[in-house]
Amino acid sequence: MSVFDGLRFRKVHSPIHNLDPRIKFVYVIAIFVAAIIFYQIIPLLILFLIQIPFVLLARVQRQWLRSLRGAAFLATFIFVVNVATTFFTSGYHFTAPNIENAAAMTMRFVVLVESFSVFFLTTSPDHLGLALEESRVPYEFAFAFTTAVRFVPVLAEEAQTIMDAQKARGLELEKGGILKRIRNYVPVLIPLIVSAIRRSLELAEAMESRAWGATKKRTNLYALKLHKGDYALVAIIVGILIATVYIRLYVPIPTIASFF
Amino acid sequence: MIEAQDIRYAYANKVEALKGVTLTIKDGEFVAIMGQNGAGKSTLVKHFNGLLKPSKGKVLVDGVETTKSSVAALARNVGFVFQNPDHQLFSETVEEEIAFALKNFGFKPEVIEKRVTWALNLLSLTQYRKTSPFLLSGGERKRVALASVLAWDPSTLILDEPTIGQDHEQKEKLRQFIMQMQTQKKTVVIVTHDVEFVAECNPRVILMKEGKIVADGEGKEILTDPALLELSSIVLPQIAQVFTKLAPLGFPKDVIDIYEAKAAILKQAREKGMLK
Repeated sequence: MSVFDGLRFRKVHSPIHNLDPRIKFVYVIAIFVAAIIFYQIIPLLILFLIQIPFVLLARVQRQWLRSLRGAAFLATFIFVVNVATTFFTSGYHFTAPNIENAAAMTMRFVVLVESFSVFFLTTSPDHLGLALEESRVPYEFAFAFTTAVRFVPVLAEEAQTIMDAQKARGLELEKGGILKRIRNYVPVLIPLIVSAIRRSLELAEAMESRAWGATKKRTNLYALKLHKGDYALVAIIVGILIATVYIRLYVPIPTIASFF
Repeated sequence: MIEAQDIRYAYANKVEALKGVTLTIKDGEFVAIMGQNGAGKSTLVKHFNGLLKPSKGKVLVDGVETTKSSVAALARNVGFVFQNPDHQLFSETVEEEIAFALKNFGFKPEVIEKRVTWALNLLSLTQYRKTSPFLLSGGERKRVALASVLAWDPSTLILDEPTIGQDHEQKEKLRQFIMQMQTQKKTVVIVTHDVEFVAECNPRVILMKEGKIVADGEGKEILTDPALLELSSIVLPQIAQVFTKLAPLGFPKDVIDIYEAKAAILKQAREKGMLK
């Protein structure tokens, strides 16, 4: 469940945690756009590196590393597929630019994972819901979304308990061929789904008994307001976007291979 | 026989749930493990069928070290019934639910058929044989979960919080059932908060606090020690509370059983000449 760990929010006070979630989300989008615009390794590496100060400032380096480790498998897969396709299409030889290109594609994925991980690690589900509401998303949807996010770790824990209960009845998850192994998970998935449904029904009753949806206009305990830090982040975002577009259009980007 | 030798266990989040536990549970013993939430009770019993392996120390089940065996192999002798039946029920019928473990252990079809009938009968579930377990009430689901473990007749039975959500009648049935297991020389380990239930059964009691055993002995001794129980956030059984208050009048202090209580009261009444 290490991938979930990398996305699980922990309450810490840091300049990054206190930023407005909307601006942080725009930041994620900006990084996303920049990562798509570049396809060379050097700018993608820079995009990777410029996020590290955020991670350090938010003091979430350990969880962040864990989320990267969780993405390692997929990253390796992307690299191998890219190398393999260029190998077969370019007449069966490895060339430095091809390898570099594959590395760049992998880096692009890592940058995306990195920025999403920073966002989720430093944004509480409450803040996220608030941001959705402020962005005119109907409250019901915002609530459903935040509840879903909040229940991921709960479900992960429950899945573990169910696996234990079935193992105690002699179920061996790792036994058999691929099809048998998939079938082995039926006794885990059914109780998990049933209990998730049961839990959601109970949650709905509990919420209704606390007057959920009684008034159309809700007030919030916390209001989102832009502070100095948010304006600074806006400036950084604008800077990144301008630099991205400028470099992409007017600066020839060297490859690493060209240095040798 | 289950032997734990100075076992320590830390979860992935570095929380040390067991901080050096040593104990021996002999064949045919009836043990209640008690203590407040987070004391490490469930973590401890999960070591008895190998679901958890100690970070340090050793657990031996019938002389075999749990790290050298699989959960499936250990489970053949150590049955574990989880607290919440909804964490294991998945079959279309009660019958299939009970047969699940038997199939996993590789019993022959005709043996499975016999065992299922036996287990259904034992827990008065025969009428629900073809019913979906999801349509049963909470107490019935709990009994199905129990039947699904009893079906393979393990020599040791671990019950995690067996009395939760059970009405008085079901609790009484459970108590009788445990007593019946005792006469068959089966080892029974229960993890529970239910001090009244333990008082009625009067097993060996192991009291845990913060990953360590703080007391281990006769139920009668431990459940009548107010200082010890307060340490583990457990309230004295009601009968023990009454007799603690009556002690200055010459009543014995260590009474947790209703029949013993009656005898003690009648004895006093006779001595004081209230009864002929």
